[in-house]
Amino acid sequence: MPEDLNWAIGGEAGDGIDSTGKIFAQALSRAGRHVFTSKDFASRIRGGYTAYKIRTSVDELNSVVDRLDILVALTQRTIDENLDELHEDSVVIYDGERSWDAEVPDEQIELDVPLKSLAEDAGGAIMQNVVALGAACEVAGFPIEHLDSALEKRFGDKGQKLVDNNQEAARKGRDYVRENYDHDFGYDLDTTDEDYVLLNGDEAIGMGALVAGCRFYAGYPITPATNVMEYLTGRIDRYGGTVVQAEDELSAINMALGAARAGARSMTATSGPGIDLMTETFGLIATSETPLVIADVMRSGPSTGMPTKQEQGDLNMTLYGGHGEIPRFVLAPTTIAECFHKTIEAFNLAEKYQTPVYVVSDLAMAVTEQTFSPTEFDMDAVEIDRGKVVDEENIDQYLDEQGRFQPHYDAADGVSPRAFPGTEQGAHMTTGLEHDELGRRTEDTDERVQQVDKRNRKVETAQREEDWSPREFGNAEAENLVLSWGSNEGAIREAMQDLEVDVRFISVPYMFPRPDLTEAVENAEKTVVVECNATGQFADLVERDTLTRVERINKYNGVRFNADELRERITETFAAESEAKA
Amino acid sequence: MSSQAHFTDFKSDKRPTWCPGCGDFGTMNGMMKALANTGNTPDDTFICAGIGCSGKIGTYMHSYALHGVHGRALPVGTGVKLANPELEVMVAGGDGDGYSIGAGHFIHAVRRNVDMTYVVMDNRIYGLTKGQFSPTSREDFETSTSPEGTKQSPVHPLALAMAAGGTFIAQSFSSDAMRHTEIIEQAIEHDGFALVNTYSPCVTFNDVDTYDYFRDSLVDLDEEDHDPTDYDQARRKIMDFDNIYQGVLYRDDDSVGYEKRLGIEEPMNEIPDGAPEGAMDLVREFY
Repeated sequence: MPEDLNWAIGGEAGDGIDSTGKIFAQALSRAGRHVFTSKDFASRIRGGYTAYKIRTSVDELNSVVDRLDILVALTQRTIDENLDELHEDSVVIYDGERSWDAEVPDEQIELDVPLKSLAEDAGGAIMQNVVALGAACEVAGFPIEHLDSALEKRFGDKGQKLVDNNQEAARKGRDYVRENYDHDFGYDLDTTDEDYVLLNGDEAIGMGALVAGCRFYAGYPITPATNVMEYLTGRIDRYGGTVVQAEDELSAINMALGAARAGARSMTATSGPGIDLMTETFGLIATSETPLVIADVMRSGPSTGMPTKQEQGDLNMTLYGGHGEIPRFVLAPTTIAECFHKTIEAFNLAEKYQTPVYVVSDLAMAVTEQTFSPTEFDMDAVEIDRGKVVDEENIDQYLDEQGRFQPHYDAADGVSPRAFPGTEQGAHMTTGLEHDELGRRTEDTDERVQQVDKRNRKVETAQREEDWSPREFGNAEAENLVLSWGSNEGAIREAMQDLEVDVRFISVPYMFPRPDLTEAVENAEKTVVVECNATGQFADLVERDTLTRVERINKYNGVRFNADELRERITETFAAESEAKA
Repeated sequence: MSSQAHFTDFKSDKRPTWCPGCGDFGTMNGMMKALANTGNTPDDTFICAGIGCSGKIGTYMHSYALHGVHGRALPVGTGVKLANPELEVMVAGGDGDGYSIGAGHFIHAVRRNVDMTYVVMDNRIYGLTKGQFSPTSREDFETSTSPEGTKQSPVHPLALAMAAGGTFIAQSFSSDAMRHTEIIEQAIEHDGFALVNTYSPCVTFNDVDTYDYFRDSLVDLDEEDHDPTDYDQARRKIMDFDNIYQGVLYRDDDSVGYEKRLGIEEPMNEIPDGAPEGAMDLVREFY
């Protein structure tokens, strides 16, 4: 038996696919099993195929695979869409009493369960998905008590009756399979005493923001970044902060800028189209030297592209977006847990260097839930660095001869102290116009050069003083080098487990400044850059930085990389080299 | 800074580059006087501005200020006020900044009702780009981009504000220093979003909407026995597009600023040195 089990439920949007999947994922997580989920959904509220997939194992999971062991199909399309992933032992659970005649290919095991009528017996047709979960528990050899606990969590707030009915519905599903199918499906899911938490990348960004002391968030709903705002809403006010749903992205980033200027740790999150709209203000943030964190949760572009599909197409925009030359930092978390850590780091960098900081995540992380040990979120290790802030006590030493505060003082490290509004003697202006050390408009050629150099010097200082190291896996001595950025790390690590070639894998979480990869690339016989876009934006950067040609593995069909395909493509890439040499 | 500021404390040492005779001088003087008269100091005042002649105001005043991008001063002011409700926030802009590129933000700022004062220097022309028509220009106004008139109706800012649920809607004239100052004082004291549309003539590019025109046409509401708290009366005056009024047209004394309704009590600039207490509860929610 494989060590992991792959389960999915699919149907029409509006069928409750998402919440059903989440309940099962939670049940598995609460049973001390690792879970990695993925979602397939369309950009519509009702109708259209949608699926929630869960991979589970007692071992750590970092990726999806293209295999389905148990499929709960609420529609024929669910079966059709997943034919490629079904194998001869796959179990397809469907409701033969429903109006459609399910066509399950011969080689699969059909499990015709009257989901709807069993749900009605338990108190309502709406619980048919839960009946299916009960049936799935029986097939998987997974104790239904863990499902009880997840149902309690899901419905507990709405009353014990609802919890009881759902638990009853689950039992009806389990019992139906037990009584009507005399078949050993071969699964016997272990449970452990491990405590896991189950969260997605957007939630991790939101949690990182709260922990970092973010007090102000303004945003405009957009897939797949909205969940950051939804997470913060109702939580940020516990700490005296607020979330504003702005009228558009322009407003959102300007509100966030205003709050940051007033001294709050402030952020906004959006996806590519929103970044486009925010870009003018991005330049203002940099020239006014205001600390701001902007999360770009990427999706397929350009234009409205494929809003519910995966891509890493915004790298160039985050690096170069905006007219003129804009100092910035660009962080790209490589895992869901890193979304948490990099968001905290982003707030510190923003305030230490008084610059805009991008946290670049993507749909694959945003909508994927993954289990982590709570120790991954070590609150004791969280450090807050607000940079140079003056107060009434020490402001004297930062005033010029006329007693004026100099917000853009030409400091050696490029970082001048800032005064929160309300600080006595600190009154000053900031602007998007080129300005002098006092913040006042200037077109003086020397002052222009001084201020441009000052702002760029902050990046040089940060390059020197901060740790921009990548994450490294595999054999450091291997002649084959795999590079990637952002969310591909998990799939690559898993692909490496059974790779026939020996590789060194460097996963890069910093896009600007970024680690110097020259030595690694020079030491390698061959380098391949893995990324979810068509043109190889990161590969281009690597070539430019290292002055060496690299190979590319790109994917831009809207679906994230999975471990199986990467295993194949990485092997092919390096094998081609050996053949060429032979 | 002493607790009692004089209006000259709000002056910067930078000399305005506005044209001699520009209405913006009077508008700004009234703002500074009103700030001082209502007990504010440069250190507890924040001025936000957009682009254009009006946008330069933050440079000529002395306070905390941000001169931002075109049309987005209101969102900036919103962020400042929500993050620190103790600050006196004043947003300044022109008719182009506020009613054209920033019109969307204007409507939403009005209905959001954050406690701040929005002074729009309305000269019915684009001055800094040298004389194109603006959203408040008359339909027959001939400019470099409207040689035969604009062929579109002007925006009526007061009516827009009323339709959006405005809680303080006023109009002033920059050259009537006393009244202008007094109206801005009332705007500052209002709890919520206060619009003061200030006629601020452009002496260089607008030879129609001149000082004389406004002086002759403005009807002062103080002489009209107008009760600004009477919604129906206010609505009739605001929708009377044949006359232009000076004074507070509408005021809702029950208005409560958005920041209060959000329950924001403290400035948000203090945060713990590490993760907040009980931060692990945030993680446990995902169990």
